[in-house]
Amino acid sequence: MELNSRIPDGPIEQKWDKHKFDLKLVNPANKRKYKVLVVGSGLAGGAAAASLAELGYEVECFCYQDSPRRAHSIAAQGGINAAKNYHNDGDSVRRLFYDTVKGGDFRAREANVHRLAEVSNNIIDQCVGQGVPFAREYGGLLDNRSFGGAQVSRTFYARGQTGQQLLLGAYQALQRQVGLGTVKMFARHEMQELIVVDGVAKGIVTRDMVTGEIKSHLADAVCLATGGYGNTMYLATYAKGCNGTAIWRAHKKGAAFANPCFTQIHPTCIPVTGDHQSKLTLMSESLRNDGRIWVPKKKEDCGKPASQIAEEDRDYYLERKYPSYGNLAPRDIASRAAKQVCDDGRGIGETGLGVYLDFEAAITRLGQNKIEEKYGNLFEMYERITDDNPYKTPMRIFPATHYTMGGLWVDYNLMSTIPGCFVLGEANFSDHGANRLGASALMQGLADGYFVIPYTIGGYLAGIKPGTRIKADDPAVKAAEQTTAERVQKFFAINGKETPTHFHRELGKVMWEFCGMGRNEAGLKKALQRIPEIREEFWKNLRIPGIGGEVNQSLELAGRVADFLEIGELMCLDALERRESCGGHFREEWQTEEGEALRDDENFCHVAAWEYKGEGQTPVRHTEQLSFENVHLATRSYK
Amino acid sequence: MAKHINLTLHVWRQKNAKCDGKFVEYPAENISPDMSFLEMLDVVNEGLIRKGEEPITFDHDCREGICGQCGMVINGRPHGPKERTTTCQLHMRSFKDGDNITLEPWRAEAFPVLKDLMVDRGAFDRIIAAGGFISAPTGSPQDANALPIPKENADLAMDAAACIGCAACVAACPNASAMLFVSAKITQLGLLPQGQPERYLRVRDMVAQMDAEEFGTCTNHSECEAACPKGIKMENIARMNRDFIKASLTYRPATIGGGGAG
Repeated sequence: MELNSRIPDGPIEQKWDKHKFDLKLVNPANKRKYKVLVVGSGLAGGAAAASLAELGYEVECFCYQDSPRRAHSIAAQGGINAAKNYHNDGDSVRRLFYDTVKGGDFRAREANVHRLAEVSNNIIDQCVGQGVPFAREYGGLLDNRSFGGAQVSRTFYARGQTGQQLLLGAYQALQRQVGLGTVKMFARHEMQELIVVDGVAKGIVTRDMVTGEIKSHLADAVCLATGGYGNTMYLATYAKGCNGTAIWRAHKKGAAFANPCFTQIHPTCIPVTGDHQSKLTLMSESLRNDGRIWVPKKKEDCGKPASQIAEEDRDYYLERKYPSYGNLAPRDIASRAAKQVCDDGRGIGETGLGVYLDFEAAITRLGQNKIEEKYGNLFEMYERITDDNPYKTPMRIFPATHYTMGGLWVDYNLMSTIPGCFVLGEANFSDHGANRLGASALMQGLADGYFVIPYTIGGYLAGIKPGTRIKADDPAVKAAEQTTAERVQKFFAINGKETPTHFHRELGKVMWEFCGMGRNEAGLKKALQRIPEIREEFWKNLRIPGIGGEVNQSLELAGRVADFLEIGELMCLDALERRESCGGHFREEWQTEEGEALRDDENFCHVAAWEYKGEGQTPVRHTEQLSFENVHLATRSYK
Repeated sequence: MAKHINLTLHVWRQKNAKCDGKFVEYPAENISPDMSFLEMLDVVNEGLIRKGEEPITFDHDCREGICGQCGMVINGRPHGPKERTTTCQLHMRSFKDGDNITLEPWRAEAFPVLKDLMVDRGAFDRIIAAGGFISAPTGSPQDANALPIPKENADLAMDAAACIGCAACVAACPNASAMLFVSAKITQLGLLPQGQPERYLRVRDMVAQMDAEEFGTCTNHSECEAACPKGIKMENIARMNRDFIKASLTYRPATIGGGGAG
């Protein structure tokens, strides 16, 4: 397997401009002769589908939800970064680039990150043009706030619903094209297989989630924008339906999977209350602008109400350990610090797995009204879930799985190792390295969809003769449809006793314990033994009621869990082989005396991209060496 | 730990859009008050699957009250008894031991039942496709700060933009009117300077599609506002009506332009 990143030559500031010029163009009259499939309708997929249709391509877009407006990008709360420097506080494209490379603990590709920082400003313009109601100041200009890992205020926001507003902007652009007939939208359709002919992606097979119909869609290129695979952990801040199926099935057809172990555990989520828990809810990082994180200094105080713990008995551990960034330390660092104080026996709440996020000082300083204006909907959500009033008592929070930096390997054009199969947004691996900074996911999804793929896909399509799409009777199409039908039959044939959720939960416990915030060789080896056992039990004892030819949510879930049971194993294998700590990947064997991540740049300054070798075979680990010419490799410090 | 409770559910079961449906009774036992309403249904469904019965089908996704995919009528109220709360954000502490709970799908001609509590809300997507947007092709807009927008307008636009498209407003309305949903989008875009060029075209096109989908008309019951989990206000409907009247009075059929030079 060859990993050619296709990074253009020249100084980093000029690479993208030069590349855009070098890419071949498709004549406007020829664009409609090409068909592109976009799987997923979130920020990356929705933006791509709308933009490609505007250019003149024939587009089909697919989502598993009942409408493209539901994609989980909608749940992003805090904001989106851009290097506008509207506040004159020293921001620039270079600084956003620098912060992102450093924030990713030097495991991202410099050229991709620079391009991301460059187009960040276009994204804000685009969204405002669409009518996204970003927060404004009294003068009518755009407001900003601060996020973790940065010392400038570069985060644009729409109350605590930034993702919703950005997604609805992309959704409206998409629906406009649907109305014009240039995009055909397939809601409640789930991708089952990637159709690959002579090593090139030529279409997909979908299952209609209402009728059960299995159907092929043939095209000149396929874009996967299906989000991350964090639900492998079972409990996560993802939507319940988020899954790794599309990228996993593409992986099995030849797309390399890069850095699968790079998972983001977000520091501020509402803690687990019991075994019934089906998902976890995030409390936006933006709350750390005004909230102070602490635990009691003394273990014996942990049972007391927060109000009875005196100021001098509180340990504001982020402010203590990282005085220059304080409560806005990056996510991996803040999560690890929370784990450390809980491991130390100073966690709060019934389970001892929680820390306080306290607004008392901010309410005293700014008044409750100001806090309400900034975070009102988040406070309401917190109260609804926990029955606690965060204006009166501090929030209780704990880290939870939130994002996957890993994903399908892509080159500079966002193309996977299967020609014609492009991967966008969280589904690819490219921009965040080993840790993503807050407010950068929205930026990357929209960058890929609005401003990268419309250029790079043209370069690919220009090399294909129009009208050479494969036909429905191609053996590869029939084979992919048959594999899908057989998989459905296989699930029903097991006729065991346990529900898909049962196996998902079991997998999640193993993943969280051994491949979560802290990882070590013994634990990962244990997980690698345990996951195949759960998988074997799944294929022996699963029960799916009903039939395949109608709505069947158990069947849908079974398909996703079957893939999680394989993805989880690859995550653990990757975590085991990466014998260093970096960003969110914390191998306990590699840490500094202060408990910070200890990178091994000599041996691991690379992307690990895994090649699928068949069922029961060990996948092969390939590497893409990373070079840092503009941001020099250094120990990441937020002290 | 709060005490666990036992409930009796009366659930609408319907195989698909063509079949008739009926209520079926299910016990929900040993339910923690900390569970969300949907987690309670998960527990019931796990039990049904283990018995080889078909679980209750219901739509849901984000489970944090923002995607708008969940929603059912709980004891006659869309999204249940708590104000400004989606079904997924409703928690079992809102119920008492021994309660009977009736669960029905959104009921409206425009939303065919797909199965049990799951309905087809494609009509909402078609209304947006008809005009619920600002035409701003990728790459075309000017610098974001080139167009100052008074904070008050931006805030009002945001209030309207908070709609999650769950359709509780339609389910609550005795006329199954979609006017709260449609007017929220018209208000958001109509309050912003970017939305002005298409303002009257938008309202005409969206209202025409709304009528084509066979939604009813608003007769000022305000049930929609009471049911809305995001607090969308009836005043949006007034704004829409005003724009619609103006659009109707000033409407001119599009003329076909002459050919280009060259």
